[in-house]
Amino acid sequence: MRNAFADELTCIAKENDKVVLLSGDIGNNLFDKFKKVDKTRFYNCGVAEANMMGVAAGMALTGLRPVVYTITPFTTTRCFEQIRVDVCYHKAPVVIVGTGAGLSYAELGPTHHSLEDMAILRTLPGMRVLAPCDATELRLALRAAMHEDGPAYIRIGKKGEPAIHAQSPDFRIGKAIVVRPGTDVALIAAGTIMPEVLKAADILSEHGISAEVVSFHSIKPLDQAYLEQACSRFKLMATVEEHGRIGGLGGAVAEWRSAQRAMSVQISFGTDDEFMHEVGSQDYARNKYGLTASNIANKVLAALSAP
Amino acid sequence: MNQSSEIQDRTRTLRARIIETSHRAGMPHLGSCLSCVDILAAIYFAVLRIDTAIPRAATRDRFILSKGHGAPALFQVLAMRGFYPESMLDNYGKDGGVFAEHPPTPDYLPGIEAATGSLGHGLPIGLGMALAGRIQGHDYKVYALLSDGECNEGSVWEAAMLAAAQQVSNLCVIVDFNKWQATGRSREIMALEPLAEKWRAFGWNACEIDGHDMQAILDALARFPSTDGKPTAIIAHTVKGKGVSFMEDDNNWHYRIPTAEEVVLSKKELGVTI
Repeated sequence: MRNAFADELTCIAKENDKVVLLSGDIGNNLFDKFKKVDKTRFYNCGVAEANMMGVAAGMALTGLRPVVYTITPFTTTRCFEQIRVDVCYHKAPVVIVGTGAGLSYAELGPTHHSLEDMAILRTLPGMRVLAPCDATELRLALRAAMHEDGPAYIRIGKKGEPAIHAQSPDFRIGKAIVVRPGTDVALIAAGTIMPEVLKAADILSEHGISAEVVSFHSIKPLDQAYLEQACSRFKLMATVEEHGRIGGLGGAVAEWRSAQRAMSVQISFGTDDEFMHEVGSQDYARNKYGLTASNIANKVLAALSAP
Repeated sequence: MNQSSEIQDRTRTLRARIIETSHRAGMPHLGSCLSCVDILAAIYFAVLRIDTAIPRAATRDRFILSKGHGAPALFQVLAMRGFYPESMLDNYGKDGGVFAEHPPTPDYLPGIEAATGSLGHGLPIGLGMALAGRIQGHDYKVYALLSDGECNEGSVWEAAMLAAAQQVSNLCVIVDFNKWQATGRSREIMALEPLAEKWRAFGWNACEIDGHDMQAILDALARFPSTDGKPTAIIAHTVKGKGVSFMEDDNNWHYRIPTAEEVVLSKKELGVTI
């Protein structure tokens, strides 16, 4: 996914000489092609993310289109106040990209996990929060974010994420993408957990359950139109994200349902309210927190059969 | 009257207005405003390449009040410079207005470049603006006024290191070194000194001046930008509450609001009758 990001941004930078890339001492060689386009528009800002975010805001206030890139916790929680004040308060069109979001860097330990980023950034006025499910969606999300006249945050994986979209879908910020239509339950997913969700839909299908799988790439703004019609079509909605169950996609959908007094039932899949203290791969961590196809399918089956 | 005396003369009126407004609107940070008003006046009346009729001109010089709590001083200077009528300040601190304790975003008041107030933000933003000028081929300059207490913030030194590495010579920091921060002597709270040496060690040209000597301020600003590729730091030694004997170097005036009698006394000392 990060290669797709570097490639797409390089294409955008060729088309638009206002595009500037700021990196927090990461991505050695990843941006060589970008630098070849214009080395004066690439800045390694060092291991100093608070300053990097302020610099990006200053550039945006001067008519440039900066993109800030580093590992997710360092481009979100580390410099949250700079995002809040310098970027969002000023409505500065900065695009923030967090690589290795969720449990992508599971084996690096909780300092490198990012299970709070969507929750905290969603609270900021004017911020768009995007979680594309594969490289194709990421390319489209990046282009869409660069067209907006305000801030956006995109959380991405690292590398080797399976392709979900065979063709380029119609991508609009705030408009969910139905990856697989269904009639019995809606599986609403954000980000790179999508392959597990599709497998969960396969398992449900074997049990005679038709699951609609939706890429909810925009956590903010939410696709309220989709949610409205989903509430009338489905008794059950399940949200799935590689993020804590507090405040992310599940939280956003729950807030919306509460405000709408929606009658459909929601179950949320995400990580527990804890730091993971044992060592483990991304697959191990997903399994620990029930972010697997079998667990999702089993919980959905149980919820559907509940009185 | 030469330029230096003319600006010095303006600062007496500005000080009186700041003190009166603090009394009327209940605005704190009077001591911090009086320590930096000479610097602000020098920058706005002698240095910045700006056109108040086109406040967003792409090629304008930028000034950022990184010590956002000096906003009561900045608001008076911007009005006197002609960004908006001085009568607008009659609404200072009133509900629904734009003049708060800190600067609003640029969309809400002409002349403002960045909404500051949380310390340590203005310099990184200014660095971004300075780099943007270089990228876009503009020759404008960027000035950021910091407080000594603000130099507690790590982001100041993050910005200092990047600016030096990138040889951002169109960036000028002025530190209003009034030796106090909110709750005590700045050198006792953090190991701030030697401050000029710190900036030099971070790769900047640094000089020290009397921040109330108008000619010295103008001379230091005239030496910027340097020709050696380094950004510039001017350490301005100042006195908190400067200009009013009973406020000078008394940190109670970080938060204290003057009484009507104290306003009268202040104006008398300043020789301002209006």
